[in-house]
Amino acid sequence: MKPNLKKITQYRLFLPILCLVLVLLINIIKTPTFFQLSIRGGVLYGYIIDVINRASELVILAVGMTLVVAASGGTDISVGSVMAVAAAVSCFCLSGGQVSVTSYAMPWVVGLIAALVVATLCGAWNGFLVANMKIQPMVATLILFTAGRGIAQLVTKGQITYIRVDSYKYLGNFIPHVPLPTSIFVAILVVILTNMMLKKTSLGLYIQAVGINKDASRLVGIRSKRIIFFVYAFCGFLAGIAGMIASSRIYSADANNIGLNMELDAILAVALGGNDLAGGKFNITGSVIGAYTIQALTTTLYAMGVTADQVPVYKAIVVVIIVTLQSEEFKKWFAKMMQKNAERKLAKTAVGA
Amino acid sequence: MQDDIMLSMHGITMTFPGVKALEDVDFTLNKGEIHALMGENGAGKSTLIKVLTGVYQMDSGEIHLEGVDHPIQNKSPEQAQEIGISTVYQEVNLCPNLSVAENIYIGREPKKHGFIDWKKMNAMASDLLKKLSIDVDVTVPVGHYSIALQQMVAIARAIDMRCKVLILDEPTSSLDEGEVAKLFNLMKGLKEHGVGIIFVTHFLEQVYEVCDRITVLRNGRLVGTFTTEELPRYQLVAKMMGKDFDDLASIKSLRTHKPSEDTVIDAEELGHRGTIKPFDLKVRKGEVIGLAGLLGSGRSELARCIYGADKPDEGDLKVKGKEFSSSHPIDSIHSGMAYLPEDRKKEGIIGDLSVKDNIIIALQAKKGTFHLLSKKDQEKFADEYIDLLQIKTRDRDTPVKSLSGGNQQKVIIGRWLLTQPDFIILDEPTRGIDVGTKTEIQKLVLQLADKGTSVMFISSEIDEMLRTCDHMAVLRDGTKVAELNESQLDQKTIMATIAGGSK
Repeated sequence: MKPNLKKITQYRLFLPILCLVLVLLINIIKTPTFFQLSIRGGVLYGYIIDVINRASELVILAVGMTLVVAASGGTDISVGSVMAVAAAVSCFCLSGGQVSVTSYAMPWVVGLIAALVVATLCGAWNGFLVANMKIQPMVATLILFTAGRGIAQLVTKGQITYIRVDSYKYLGNFIPHVPLPTSIFVAILVVILTNMMLKKTSLGLYIQAVGINKDASRLVGIRSKRIIFFVYAFCGFLAGIAGMIASSRIYSADANNIGLNMELDAILAVALGGNDLAGGKFNITGSVIGAYTIQALTTTLYAMGVTADQVPVYKAIVVVIIVTLQSEEFKKWFAKMMQKNAERKLAKTAVGA
Repeated sequence: MQDDIMLSMHGITMTFPGVKALEDVDFTLNKGEIHALMGENGAGKSTLIKVLTGVYQMDSGEIHLEGVDHPIQNKSPEQAQEIGISTVYQEVNLCPNLSVAENIYIGREPKKHGFIDWKKMNAMASDLLKKLSIDVDVTVPVGHYSIALQQMVAIARAIDMRCKVLILDEPTSSLDEGEVAKLFNLMKGLKEHGVGIIFVTHFLEQVYEVCDRITVLRNGRLVGTFTTEELPRYQLVAKMMGKDFDDLASIKSLRTHKPSEDTVIDAEELGHRGTIKPFDLKVRKGEVIGLAGLLGSGRSELARCIYGADKPDEGDLKVKGKEFSSSHPIDSIHSGMAYLPEDRKKEGIIGDLSVKDNIIIALQAKKGTFHLLSKKDQEKFADEYIDLLQIKTRDRDTPVKSLSGGNQQKVIIGRWLLTQPDFIILDEPTRGIDVGTKTEIQKLVLQLADKGTSVMFISSEIDEMLRTCDHMAVLRDGTKVAELNESQLDQKTIMATIAGGSK
């Protein structure tokens, strides 16, 4: 292989990016309209905008999930439910307990803060179980995974609470005079701020160290328990933000459907991003690319006319391919094949001479 | 192939990216021979063994094994095992959550009607271990036993696979003397049965005790193969290091300062239930205090108790005259302590992180989360200690796990020196490390003490302690039983104190 090409293929994010590009390439061939942009009513429309917009919640969840995976070597499967809890809390506050309102019962900010506080508490609960009680992450977060939607139902008294106020829709749609969906900015902000938090303090280093070797990290003076507690709480906080966006899209709190199955996509995004689910070294950019890949795939399938029931099947096939491409065993096998090919060519030229 | 040759390796060459790990190395092992493979860290011993057992694929060379009429090239350790090459590695490779019997028969469990025949398996395991006079309950998870016993189990497993070639990679580094003697008996027994044993160790005495021949490697090349009689000890060391050997015993004269009278550590009735009974101990500024005792006597536990790795549950500790109670190791670091743990792999290195990160991490933790060391400082510190301790690494961004054991140890030492401690605990800092590095570390200990740092030095090698310590505490069965001052420090007195009873 040429040195330049080799350098590129060895770049950590090479495979995640390649996967995303592949998905987009299919679209160029299959659905040429995929990349068309149009302006209607002062805002941008198009499949590609749709992908970036719809992926926002997933991107935000994937950021939190990456840190949880890195520090604890486990996953937080409660994020989808926590989204529903956050949505329910915010709608409950803003509606003042009514089923449907056309004006806020209290300022929007109060609803937002209440939702984020409750979501962070949910995360903190997970963190407490994992870090202090030493319960396996899957089991610890299973509690809120199942109970979360029940809690959300309790908050909304089993009803779908509607907030029919225009400003409530801003987060999940458009702010007047801004041509791009608001959630795009929120997702970008979350990624940037999280990265800054990890790079400007030693948290990034600690999270990796704790994920690689908890005992050694403790002995060099890192409070491993606190780090693990923190990442779960932070993951809950981010799930709260994602819940607010999801709730704003449908200007309601639908406890049964908000964030449904999103935890699985978030975990998948982390894996697609080339992160090791056993913990340790991590790469947030990879997870973000993974999240966009998943959403691009979903939107692509819809654009190709696949019905909603069948989407998971196609998605599964593509995921199998992507994950295989990234596996070490496949890389080894591929390298061997390349070598054999080269040898065969060499043998041929030798015979020719 | 000659009749008495069990294994021959010819012209073995193996390259890692950027490094030639082995270059044209020859090695022959006879039947019924114990053959020592010697060399410093990074000399290529482990690589040679991994080529033989199929962990690595060699670039060129040929391997012949008795009974196989074509050159062999193992693709995996399993394959090597099938043709009769078994290995017991330096770090015990057992599954701690499986029982002893399961570990011995894993992958080849006796079956009855397609299911595992547990009864038979346990009986077989227990017979096997009895034959080797290893006293363990085969149904208990391996993790419950000491590293020493785990090692014996690993050896038992290898032996049970009817191997022709048994490779012991640093098997004795975590065994105490009695256990070593048992192991040697085992090895001699196997030798009678014609098994060829490759013995990798850093303990020179042991080489001369059991080995028939010695092969020396240096920097990936073969220095030569010698019979044990024709190669006196000092020559062996000279061959390993490639230079004349400076007399190990003489390093103590490097000390120029006497320890001062100021007390740095003052423990009173300090203890941790279940590991170490309450003890009193004073450590003076600039003193090297040794902890002697058999494996499991409570040496490490005493140190852990002071550092707060295991939080003491009774007694008082004063650090530099001030009452001190640690709720987390970070408190101990703030008070000027540093601790190099015994189990490097489990508690020392943070494997996937770079050499740089491993060096700066303790200082970073000391500074706090919100005072991130600048990239420039991090690199400067890392380079400084890579240089100072002569850590052999491709660059500072190499993952620390890819370094050899001795260099990993130096990284951890560097990590602690960077925090500029007043009191540093070194628990078996030279275990599994070659002679040259050992001497370097010992010299470093003396230099530290000279500069006023107090050092607690724990080692299973009494020679090493005699060369470095000013003062020694002796432990037996989880209790501190005696303190020996400088005038009492000689091999005989220490041995007698460790053994207990009347002299």
